[in-house]
Amino acid sequence: MSEKIRIAVVGLGKMGLSHFALVNAHPNTDTLACDATGFLVNVLSKNLPDTKIYTKYEDLLEQGNLDAVVIATPSRLHAPMVRAALEKGIHVFCEKPFCLDWQEAEELAALAEEKGLINQVGYHYRYVGTFQRMKEILDSGALGRVTHVLAEAYGPVILKPKRQSWRSQKSEGGGCLYDYAAHPLNLLNWAFGTPTHVAGSVLNSIFSTETDDEVFSTLSFPDGPTAHLTVNWSDESHRKMTTKLSLIGTNGRINVDRQECQLYLREPVDALPDARKGWNVQYTTELTEDPWFYLRGEEYSAQIDDFVKAVRDGKSEAAQNNFRSAAMTDKSISMIINDAAREDAPAATAPQSTNTARKRGWFNRARG
Amino acid sequence: MDQLLFGDNQFFGINHMSEEKARSQAMRFQDTSAIMEVLDAAYDEGIRTFMCTTHDRIAEVCDVVRANPKRYAGFQFYPCMPYAHKYANAVTDHGMMGALTHFMPEGGMLKTVLRSGAALATKDADGIARVLIDAEMKMFKGLKTPIIFMQNVFVDLLLGMGFTKAFRTFHDHVIDQYGAEPGFITMNLPMLAEALEKEGIKNPIICSNINKLGFRMCGGADAYREVLNSGKVRAIAMSVYASGAIPADEAIAWIAELGGVEAIVFGASSRGNIKNTCELVTTHMGKK
Repeated sequence: MSEKIRIAVVGLGKMGLSHFALVNAHPNTDTLACDATGFLVNVLSKNLPDTKIYTKYEDLLEQGNLDAVVIATPSRLHAPMVRAALEKGIHVFCEKPFCLDWQEAEELAALAEEKGLINQVGYHYRYVGTFQRMKEILDSGALGRVTHVLAEAYGPVILKPKRQSWRSQKSEGGGCLYDYAAHPLNLLNWAFGTPTHVAGSVLNSIFSTETDDEVFSTLSFPDGPTAHLTVNWSDESHRKMTTKLSLIGTNGRINVDRQECQLYLREPVDALPDARKGWNVQYTTELTEDPWFYLRGEEYSAQIDDFVKAVRDGKSEAAQNNFRSAAMTDKSISMIINDAAREDAPAATAPQSTNTARKRGWFNRARG
Repeated sequence: MDQLLFGDNQFFGINHMSEEKARSQAMRFQDTSAIMEVLDAAYDEGIRTFMCTTHDRIAEVCDVVRANPKRYAGFQFYPCMPYAHKYANAVTDHGMMGALTHFMPEGGMLKTVLRSGAALATKDADGIARVLIDAEMKMFKGLKTPIIFMQNVFVDLLLGMGFTKAFRTFHDHVIDQYGAEPGFITMNLPMLAEALEKEGIKNPIICSNINKLGFRMCGGADAYREVLNSGKVRAIAMSVYASGAIPADEAIAWIAELGGVEAIVFGASSRGNIKNTCELVTTHMGKK
């Protein structure tokens, strides 16, 4: 494949604009964009003379001559948009959560694999130096048998009752579970796989009328620990989103967040020669390599860099966060939804398939 | 420009090493009087410039300085805008257009036009930008603001997008409206220096991470060196201690040796640390 790939960023919201900046600044890309918001497209078209901006997704796919696409639209649109791109033979990077229906996530994973297309989802915490270190420590076996994990996320997203965006609508893939809890869940999946059992789940509204603002659950992993998930996005005491895991094993403990990875070892282990008995603390500053371009955190740059390079170099799969692994998180989310419904109403049914968008153009489905 | 500028990260629970430390700082500085105590110590050590975000709490600092003109005779502010979280939260609350409308002054023409929705396509982005800058500058009324900065999240977003015309808009408005010098904060010094040159902005003031570790110096230490040695930018170094990862003496000595750095911005919470940094800068870089 040539040195530069043709890649479009679809959906120029908060994540989309940031992805657009990262993709556009990448030395190996020719970047296009697509969004249906008139004002934004208008301003950008006027001021970015080198960037072709489409307002219709089907036009982009037909005329864009694309190698790859980054989907950053409201979550409910992910599945149909990803499918349309894959069917055209286009490599796909999709924002998280991947699909609201985990079976569809598996289907799309199978489709991408069958077509040999790079497929990746934006679970950026797997690109944070401290969490990568956590994974290395776990893989080394240094913690012994991990018996319990506390997975937490807090942040100030919904702090008062009135809101009006897709993020506040459960049916659009909004809410604390999809938006916030998906991150610690994804880290649990990375470390321990898909949970076999989920219990005691609570999806509670604090300020939102149509979705959850706090999430609690107890997850059991095959031959692994029990994990407690505690997430709240109505917590003003945190300046921005904080995600942390505390893992306890027979030979020690790890406390990890975006800034530092604290490891306590009861006994040193050969597999981890640099770590000593007692506390070992490492910081993001020493665990992070500078990316080619920095916007909001090294992890956002690194995941885009991996995706672009995988497409450019004709690799067989993404280095991290493929659709299969994201489907695992979608499935975990769905297990929590089912479990929470069971607690409140024993006769509750599984979450409905969300694939019912009306044919009114791609972006309008979000408001449909 | 003074050689040593005082930053404000420590007052708002921002610490790149530890969330625990960030939280304890947020607790310590929740009263403005605690911030003023540290600023007073800095002032008494000879520091005259406070480089700060347009956080709501800074408005309270401005009030104190305005009310005590004798105590803070030589004190000046380098405002850094926009305070990104304010806007990010507003976008979450009101959507992109709603957020813009939210920050327009009440009763202003633009607010009316923005609210009308239908006429949005004709909107003049420059005009909106100027109104937003003025809104951020309100808290500094009557105070000295000889340099006004655009914050790094915003600079780097625009830089990545290729929306470099906005740098020109900001540059011109800061000069025309405030008689101040425009500055830019970035994590991508080499790329920004090139973009500003293409926009015809000569000898820009750019603040970026510059430290011995190379922490968040995107484009690489060599490219940074090249820009610093070119004499084409007026560089301010931040994160010189890389959040405490580099011993102070070593960090400042390295900056002095590097050359091409006109000023250092640093944060500290104690008089001892402020004094120490002042002395190190005098020792290694000499007093201007």
